Amino acid sequence: MEAFKVKRVFSDDLGANNPVFAQILGICSTLAVTNVLKNTIVMCAGLIFTTSLSNLTVSLMREYIPPRIRMMVETLIIASYVIIVDIVLKAYLPDISQQLGPYVGLIITNCIIMGRAEAFALSNPPGLSFLDGIASGLGYSYVLIIIAVVRELMGSGSIWGIKVLGEWWTNWSIMVMAPGAFFVLAIFIWVVKGMRPEE
Amino acid sequence: MSEGIAFYVVFFAAIFTNNILLTNYLGMCSFLAVSKEVKTATGLGMAVIFVMTITSVLNWLAYYYILVPLNLTFLRFIVFIIIIAAFVQLIEMIIERVSDRLYTSLGIFLPLITVNCAILGASLFLVIRKYTFVSSFFYGLGSGIGWALAIIAMAGIREKMKKSRVPKGLAGAGMALIIAGIMALAFMGFSGMLKIT
Repeated sequence: MEAFKVKRVFSDDLGANNPVFAQILGICSTLAVTNVLKNTIVMCAGLIFTTSLSNLTVSLMREYIPPRIRMMVETLIIASYVIIVDIVLKAYLPDISQQLGPYVGLIITNCIIMGRAEAFALSNPPGLSFLDGIASGLGYSYVLIIIAVVRELMGSGSIWGIKVLGEWWTNWSIMVMAPGAFFVLAIFIWVVKGMRPEE
Repeated sequence: MSEGIAFYVVFFAAIFTNNILLTNYLGMCSFLAVSKEVKTATGLGMAVIFVMTITSVLNWLAYYYILVPLNLTFLRFIVFIIIIAAFVQLIEMIIERVSDRLYTSLGIFLPLITVNCAILGASLFLVIRKYTFVSSFFYGLGSGIGWALAIIAMAGIREKMKKSRVPKGLAGAGMALIIAGIMALAFMGFSGMLKIT
């Protein structure tokens, strides 16, 4: 029974109910950090950390949170974890922290985390909520990584900062700028929806 | 503090060249969800202008007069989000008491604003860019106007597109993103107008 539930959580968050392309949540950071793969990975790690632990905390406290102010309580829990992420990044990866700038802080208002806390952690046991946090974090991450690879490859001819395409390649600088982000995500959503038969 | 940049440059840059939505991608969630009709988009746009201007100023004061002297700047995320949430709640209560008409046109959008990342984003940007008090006010105002401009334009385009035949997979969010991309391209045309970072 338990194993079945866990499996459903994962398949739901990675596929049918993927936070990015099915629910269109957390788009801000999806677009903002995907111009370089390295930043994307750091961002994803931060998000998985925050979602899973805030889900766990909310779930542990769910009996004691008064329903009227639950949004505020959830926001504060999330913000505390984001501060941890921010401090750790500043200490160990100062360059990337500089480049990500405000987007680390904006994990707080990333609707995925709030959404999972509201929809899942408030009504499920801690263990399962923790896994749900990891699963939706992963669902978010792999979409971001795909977009980041496309953008970095076409925009700078490199992956992970290493030149992959040779001299013959002309960089599409539009890809690392704002419009490229919108177009790549739109095409990604198109492809995914096209692959799914029904609806 | 960057006193070199005049406040009017900050103001126009926030609207056009550094539009918070089209170049910093902030506030996308509500941008995609609430841009189906011009009327609602206008209401939300106005609410964002108002809240963003005031919270920028409040957060600036809180940051430089409370957090910096106490050496607690790492707490800024929590402090900013609390100030924004409390302010929005307060305004909602005031509007509800004072004017019914204003409440139905503006008030119903206020709860949506607490979770709008553009508001928090603007406050974080003005701290990172070390704006002065006056610049912060104009940055908040300009960003709000820029955001409202983008969502109203978007809603106008989407209203016109209601009868267009869009490829099935693109209908809804996909098409909205492509429109946003084209709008971002258009806004890039402004980039020669002003130079700031």
